[in-house]
Amino acid sequence: MSFTVQDLYTELNEGDVLLAYKGSITPELINDVLDALESKLMDFNEHSKIRKKVYNVLVESLQNLYHHIDEIPLDFADQLDPRFGILLVTKNDNNYKISTGNFVTADKIKPLKSKIEKINTLSNEELKGLYKDILVNNKISEKGGGGLGLVDIARKTGNILEYEFKSFDNKYFFFILNVLVSDLNINR
Amino acid sequence: MQSIDIEGTSKTPTVNLNAENGLIEINGRSIPENSVEFYKPLVDWLEEYKKLPAEKTTVNIQLEYFNTSSSKCILDVFKKLEDINKGDAEVVINWHYEEDDEDMLEAGEDYESIIRVPFKMIEVAE
Repeated sequence: MSFTVQDLYTELNEGDVLLAYKGSITPELINDVLDALESKLMDFNEHSKIRKKVYNVLVESLQNLYHHIDEIPLDFADQLDPRFGILLVTKNDNNYKISTGNFVTADKIKPLKSKIEKINTLSNEELKGLYKDILVNNKISEKGGGGLGLVDIARKTGNILEYEFKSFDNKYFFFILNVLVSDLNINR
Repeated sequence: MQSIDIEGTSKTPTVNLNAENGLIEINGRSIPENSVEFYKPLVDWLEEYKKLPAEKTTVNIQLEYFNTSSSKCILDVFKKLEDINKGDAEVVINWHYEEDDEDMLEAGEDYESIIRVPFKMIEVAE
């Protein structure tokens, strides 16, 4: 069964929405989003630890999107931008949720899923080890960080990566990643 | 040898590389989409500097944010410094982090455990 991006967008749109965007993910858009979020976090007088974590996670999430959006379904291309992605940042008390979504082809599901599942089983100490291992051993790819992004997000938030693949058609799925930055471990 | 002076932007750090006094400074934010492009001139400069480095090279690095794409490039910069430190010249890396920023302190400790150059962790007021 197919889904509509609009429905999904509405579904994710819960809590206090700080930022919501669907469309082309470009370096300029990333700049604008980061500036907007930073000034909101300042307005909230948010604790610097949370502020930095949210900002860092947003940078990685957006750049992951930017580097990994490659193609979108043909019947979708007519209606929307070629580098289509969605972003939502919501706030619930002092918890921030960053959700991103982009199309992936069916063959990407398995490797992506196994990577996330692996990350989700690791302790903080193990994540640190994995991060350093990738840092030292992987060549940086044309696409960006050489696979450090998700590990970094998991390490900084201390939370598991929630994800979902929604079937669009035979070939395409919509990949949604939800990252929670909570203040449970933050000393005030 | 020509020094390098790059003014920072909202996504890239201020950089000063000075061969005469052996002072290397990287300050600000390092979150560009394409960090290889940004760091290549720095790595190239260090490769040249390595041939005739100052007796003592002091590296002051103070980053508010850096992305994972920059983390690889920063490692490349540190590897060049490690090469310099292997010779007769001395290198010290002062890794500054804002108080309470444990993530940035940990990032410095990650590098310290990988690179054979003395690191000093320096806490600065926000």
